[in-house]
Amino acid sequence: MADKFGSKRLVVGAHYGFADWLVQRVTGGLMALFTLVLGAQLLFGGPLGYNRWAGIFASQWMKVLTFVVIVSLAWHAWIGMRDIWMDYVKPVGLRLTLHLFTIVWLVGCAGWAVQVLWRL
Amino acid sequence: MAQEIAPTVKSPRVYTNIHVSQIVRYRMPMAAIVSILHRISGALLFMLLPLAIWLFDTSVTSEITFDRFRSVFAGGVGFLPGWFLKLVVLAMIWGYLVHFIAGLRHLWMDVTHSVSMRQGRVSANVTLVLSTLLTLLFAARLFGLY
Repeated sequence: MADKFGSKRLVVGAHYGFADWLVQRVTGGLMALFTLVLGAQLLFGGPLGYNRWAGIFASQWMKVLTFVVIVSLAWHAWIGMRDIWMDYVKPVGLRLTLHLFTIVWLVGCAGWAVQVLWRL
Repeated sequence: MAQEIAPTVKSPRVYTNIHVSQIVRYRMPMAAIVSILHRISGALLFMLLPLAIWLFDTSVTSEITFDRFRSVFAGGVGFLPGWFLKLVVLAMIWGYLVHFIAGLRHLWMDVTHSVSMRQGRVSANVTLVLSTLLTLLFAARLFGLY
């Protein structure tokens, strides 16, 4: 990369901000797609009982899409919650504690959701 | 020399967010209201995540748990009455709709570079009206009006 050295080298940033911005939009887009796909399956196909509801998540492609959405949601929520803590919570110790709580909360929820999804 | 240089060295400006207690006194434009609602709804959804997974778990695992899923909304669970659970789920639905539409608004702004004040105000209005109407629609369904 020519811009790593010399007089025109890039001297600012590791581009974490850009990465987070992009991840937030990609994961959000995936969840929006999932919402539309699930909504379409719920609206069309007759009366909704257990069999039809469970049947929606029975196909392999829907399982994979749901799994992708679970991971996307955890990642998306991590970036969003971290932004909230960084904006409003200034004491480092408290902020770190809240970051840890957020990670544990999200990993726990994601694990539970995946467990529900894949034992079907 | 030092005296000539000194005035050009400014103390760095300190930027801070407005405090939560100041929010009510600010006369916020529509876009600002949608922005803070985007944040509040996101935090709400984060806190209600276990409820969402529990609803997914009980509704989809087996026919027995599906019956329990239905009975919880009809007759409550533990000391919580059914209508209270419906209200919490409605709050979650509201949060999802606001966050979803406000998120689409962001994607639309990114793709079309719509950054004027008028576009921001109009899209903010659309976000609020659409999410409120859809929430009312879900509320009517949830409480059995249709």
